[in-house]
Amino acid sequence: MVDATIGTAGAIQPAEVKDVDLYHPKSWVTKYVFSQDAKVIAIQYSVTALSIGLVALVLSWLIRLQLAFPSSFSAIGPGEYLQFITMHGMIMVIYLLTALFLGGFGNYLIPLMVGARDMVFPYVNMVSYWVYLLAVLVLVASFFMPGGPTGAGWTLYPPQAILSSTPGREWGIILMLASLALFIIGFTMGGLNYVVTVLQARTRGMTLMRLPLTVWGIFMATILALLAFPALFVGSVMMLFDRLLGTSFFMPAIVEMGQHLKYRGGSPLLFQHLFWFFGHPEVYIVALPAFGIVSDLISTHARKNIFGYRLMVWALIIIGALSFVVWAHHMYVSGMNPYFGFYFATTTLIIAIPTAIKVYNWVLTLWRGDIHLTVPMLFALSFIVTFVNGGLTGLFLGNPVVDVPLSDTMFVVAHFHMVMGMAPIFVIFGAIYHWYPKVTGRMLDETLGKFHFWVSFLGAYAIYFPMHYLGLLGVPRRYFEMGDMAFIPQSAHDLNIFITVAALIVGFAQMVFLFNLIWSLSKGKPAGSNPWRATTLEWQTPETPPGHGNWGKELPVVYRWAYDYSVPGAKEDFVPQNQPATPRAA
Amino acid sequence: MPTALILVLVALGSVLFHILSPWWWTPIASNWGYIDNTINLTFWITGAVFTVIILFMAYCVFRFRHQPGRRAVYDPENKKLEWWLTIVTAVGVGAMLAPGLFVWNQFVTVPEGASEVEVIGQQWLWSFRLPGKDGRLGTSDTRNVSPDNPLGLNPNDPNGHDDVVIEADDLHLLLGKPVKLLLRSIDVVHSFYVPEFRAKMDLVPGMVTYVWFIPTRTGTFEMLCTELCGSAHYNMRAKVVVEQESEYQAWLRKQKTFAQLSARTRQAKGTQ
Repeated sequence: MVDATIGTAGAIQPAEVKDVDLYHPKSWVTKYVFSQDAKVIAIQYSVTALSIGLVALVLSWLIRLQLAFPSSFSAIGPGEYLQFITMHGMIMVIYLLTALFLGGFGNYLIPLMVGARDMVFPYVNMVSYWVYLLAVLVLVASFFMPGGPTGAGWTLYPPQAILSSTPGREWGIILMLASLALFIIGFTMGGLNYVVTVLQARTRGMTLMRLPLTVWGIFMATILALLAFPALFVGSVMMLFDRLLGTSFFMPAIVEMGQHLKYRGGSPLLFQHLFWFFGHPEVYIVALPAFGIVSDLISTHARKNIFGYRLMVWALIIIGALSFVVWAHHMYVSGMNPYFGFYFATTTLIIAIPTAIKVYNWVLTLWRGDIHLTVPMLFALSFIVTFVNGGLTGLFLGNPVVDVPLSDTMFVVAHFHMVMGMAPIFVIFGAIYHWYPKVTGRMLDETLGKFHFWVSFLGAYAIYFPMHYLGLLGVPRRYFEMGDMAFIPQSAHDLNIFITVAALIVGFAQMVFLFNLIWSLSKGKPAGSNPWRATTLEWQTPETPPGHGNWGKELPVVYRWAYDYSVPGAKEDFVPQNQPATPRAA
Repeated sequence: MPTALILVLVALGSVLFHILSPWWWTPIASNWGYIDNTINLTFWITGAVFTVIILFMAYCVFRFRHQPGRRAVYDPENKKLEWWLTIVTAVGVGAMLAPGLFVWNQFVTVPEGASEVEVIGQQWLWSFRLPGKDGRLGTSDTRNVSPDNPLGLNPNDPNGHDDVVIEADDLHLLLGKPVKLLLRSIDVVHSFYVPEFRAKMDLVPGMVTYVWFIPTRTGTFEMLCTELCGSAHYNMRAKVVVEQESEYQAWLRKQKTFAQLSARTRQAKGTQ
């Protein structure tokens, strides 16, 4: 049993700090545009992220069309193809997933779930969004500059990233690096806010071990991001110097197409280490919020406490810490000292243990639950399927000898789309269906939601599961076309067509989702304040959607952990965190 | 009910797909059968875990779906169960890691007597260099690269004069002879990959990397670049021909040494 967190609460300390006085908006502009309210900032982040995500979605269609029907599209040449895959990857990983989980869900949920009136630094929080928007605009601008966006691959490996044989050498790469630097600056402002708010602004009674796992996930992910992004920042700045000032941080002596370049003595591997020192924690920056949110979705919709809460918290912390010592498993065949392989393989496979524990605890939460197959729950289940699948293929790639034949093939593409594409995106969908009623006061349409779910889940699985086998065959990634390679049979080309058709159908289902988002805004069923009968604080606000300052006159006081579902003896099958004593039947 | 059924179909469908898939690795042509074995072992372990978890989930969704009057069981923790699961997982992970590290040790340890072949990548073609009669490769430097000396060999190093230079052509290897490839690039990062050899390693400008294997089957194999190297990356290919001693020697006799090639360019210049 979890001792103090369950049942009747210990003594609640009187408030030590006076309630903060928030900035109250005086005009429409300060209320909705340059707003300091975390909830408005959250919506700004989310809408921006989803909009740029649509660009990435369209790019993915173009990529798939080219792969299925090579040389049928005169508008897609080898250069354009590389630009599409680069921008698709970068947008999805950074500008959509990172921004939406931390800037979107983090801003909306942290203050509400910990019982605070707002983030602790509302002004910095506002600036964070506007710098993020600027980063997005700089990125978008690269589509319109001479030469177009960079086609260096989302990993931006030098020397090719800044040489003339890679598309976007003129402006694309410069804007890409500048945009990343801006993103990191903007994120740091937001990230400091999330961390300090969780640590300092929790309401009375909200101990760390009573926090909902959503907050734990976002909190840990933010700490990772604050520590990992600087590596990408310096990498980007150094590469900008190499490109613009002719320094040689990453550039050795090079003869490009017969021309001796002026570079000398730099190390391409140095960039790869910096990139993956950021890049691997980045996987968990996306995954940990998803872990946290999905725990709460499963618990709420199965009407059951999350199984093994304390272990779930510790697993998040251990995964976060380990994620910093595994980065070079992306580099087994990079030419780094091959003896690194022993170390990075070991740490990488160790990380599978706390991750597996999380999976067990999710499915054990379903055991003897009261499972409501709502749309959020369905998406949570699809997360488990795709995450388990993608996590297990990670055990292939984390093992250096297995990685050797599979590295840089479609197996890798299938693996990371399953584990950090589909899995977290399904959580995002589930979370949107779950919290939309709180944000807007209306429910999303359930029939459309179920259609969206089934097409997305089965379609995505049909895309990525078979794709692994192309990689096993040896089909390389980032290839504009397969050509006439002897080892690739005709059936592999047919499979490519099948995958493309599935991708187009899944893409179409997202339009249904967008329609639902907009339509339900005015036509959705009124939600009431707590439609899912959930325990956490955001569902206990006096108004829905919550007003500025969240809580009206009095901050809530927390008496219990976030998972008092189906408590024996309690009248209802949920007891809100701010309810003093369990009402017991006689 | 339908949800549980679909989950079962997803689990079983994945297993069936795996068994029936016509897309599978190419017939191996090197000594790295161990790699295939480790992949198979990993498939067995992860496949079992995947199936068990998804089927368990499907069972829960079926058995504990909401019905009027149902109430979940309040069950926060179970230390014993959590410990057991942790230990079983650790054992499974160890079972994959141990053979993996064992094979990795072989993969990075080049046997004595392996013949050295240099592989040079540049946008977007492959070149090769074999040691001449002295059995030693001469030194090289990207800064020496010129139209007469496309691979950047050091003209003052006597060891390099008899090196066999194969520019933008196919590579021939001797059947059954361990070969250590020394990998070098003069522009960007490339990667050497022959699916049938299961071997892959990046070519990084400014340094020399290596990979080794034993060709175990005669034939012609596709060699691909598998590290994005600019817009014609998809077209950076060559062939590797594995053949018997006699055919190999016949091919080798037709190749030119560095000294011969430089003499020829000198002559061509002289007659101009």
